[in-house]
Amino acid sequence: MGMTMVEKILAKATGQSAVKAGDVLEPRVDLAMSHENGALVINQFNEIYKDTGIEAKVWDPARIAIIFDHRVPAESSKTAGNQKKIRDFVAKQGIAKFHDIRGDGGGICHQILPEFGYVRPGYVVVGTDSHTTSHGALGSFSFGIGATEMAAVWALGKVLNVEVPGTIKVVCEGKFKRHVAPKDLILHLIGKLTAEGANFKVIEFHGPAIESMPTSGRLVICNMTVEAGATSGIVPPDAETKRYLQEEAGVNEHLDIFGPDADAVYDQVITINVSKLQPQIACPHTVDNVKPIKAVLGTKLNQIVIGSCTNGRLDDLAIAAKILKGKKVVKGVRMLIFPASTRIYLQALKKGYVATFMEAGAVVMNSGCGPCLGVHQGALADGDVALATTNRNFKGRMGNPNAEVYLCSPAVAAASAITGVITDPRKKGE
Amino acid sequence: MANVVFKVGDDVSTDIIYPGRFMATVLPTETPQYAFIDYPEFNAKIKKNEFPKGSIIVAGKNFGCGSSREQAASCLKGPDFVVIARNFSRIFLQNAINLGLKMVICPTIDANEGDELEITADQVVNKTSGKSFPLIPMPKARQVIIDAGGLIPFTRKLVIEAKGKR
Repeated sequence: MGMTMVEKILAKATGQSAVKAGDVLEPRVDLAMSHENGALVINQFNEIYKDTGIEAKVWDPARIAIIFDHRVPAESSKTAGNQKKIRDFVAKQGIAKFHDIRGDGGGICHQILPEFGYVRPGYVVVGTDSHTTSHGALGSFSFGIGATEMAAVWALGKVLNVEVPGTIKVVCEGKFKRHVAPKDLILHLIGKLTAEGANFKVIEFHGPAIESMPTSGRLVICNMTVEAGATSGIVPPDAETKRYLQEEAGVNEHLDIFGPDADAVYDQVITINVSKLQPQIACPHTVDNVKPIKAVLGTKLNQIVIGSCTNGRLDDLAIAAKILKGKKVVKGVRMLIFPASTRIYLQALKKGYVATFMEAGAVVMNSGCGPCLGVHQGALADGDVALATTNRNFKGRMGNPNAEVYLCSPAVAAASAITGVITDPRKKGE
Repeated sequence: MANVVFKVGDDVSTDIIYPGRFMATVLPTETPQYAFIDYPEFNAKIKKNEFPKGSIIVAGKNFGCGSSREQAASCLKGPDFVVIARNFSRIFLQNAINLGLKMVICPTIDANEGDELEITADQVVNKTSGKSFPLIPMPKARQVIIDAGGLIPFTRKLVIEAKGKR
């Protein structure tokens, strides 16, 4: 019987010739990522060793990555304290893949990991962040875990009791029309599957629309698979994966490129023709409340956000800059832009995008998670309506349970900034 | 036997259980004060320790969807709630097991606030309505962690065993 991508990766990670969905395994971990919640991981890690007389040492400091992104620069003394605790731990344990608050080499964890070549095809990646699903874009099995689970990974170098997930195969045919993006594809799919439709499952992406999609777009679709409940999304690695890792991430080592078996067994196969897609909007207050844009055209907005681990990459900023060039963000609307990493920020500066945004009236913020999770920067007032390229619109998500968040692609966000209402980029802008 | 003290619907996200704006608070001893804080009446009672241990929260499908933040499980563990849901989101379920929060997967559960429930090995009995609902037992691989008292003692044992072998 053939194996899916994730079955093949888990077979390799446990030294077996074959595994199948439902097996319970203890795969070794190739990369373990945390952000500021590393402070809680440290707490739980020390708990494991308490009163044992054994020195608390991580299993492999080279395989741990810690990236500050959720609250940068610190919004409170409490956060600053957590960050300091992590900095001290990193120094003591010799953790090299550490990205502090800096203008060089900083950014959101789900951009830093691919950008620095930390993720490779075939890897098992765990992260104390639900959007760790992103890294399936590079052909790894990559999933979110909690802080206590991570503490056990730091101690043992493996994840305990992983049930091999079943896989939903999604075949994407056709070609994206102008101003229709990978974001619209994944929102459409989440609407179709619902918020729990892929719970405990992996979504494996196939088809010509995926093969011709750059890694930046694959990161968007894998990133949001968790919004359908998926353990992970995954794109079988190919020539584009190789190109990205070698040319953009500077990886020189041999890459283990393999796909699923032709006779792999899937729980479900879904086919989507992307040529027929129009811009999609996830409406308040669940990500699966997805409607085609025409259903919500004209919705009045107070704040527009472009950024996050979903859509803060250079091509996202490029399309926004193209639409906003020579235009103005309408009075009464606040537009906030967060490049996903400082490298992207610098590239956007050099290409003139940042100037375009500022001249249009947008505020360009430092790289980080920003208002997406409602901790600091860009909180909403009671009754405010936001349109964002981020990944979640749950009640309270942008810092206020009495506000509403709509989710969309960068093109829709930029076109809507000019009008102040939800606007179809295919008609306005440019 | 215990009473249902709070009832919620489907797809209750971790942003509702424990909003992101309180994520700088990480210690399990400190998180319960922010549990369901956007439901001020329920939150106030949690803060005043009004609920006896084992009080029940009843939820619909996909409880705990969204973020991996462990605070969403630890804030319910503090007051020792039992969560009965039609099903749980993967990361929340795993976090709850790891921290020793009691959960019951009961796909057809029907109960209202104030109802008195009894949880047996294979069903949830609603003493108030007189109806009973089958539950799905935890898979063995997860039950061993629950039986060990959570992932920390479970891992501690493995670390000590590994040391012994060297």
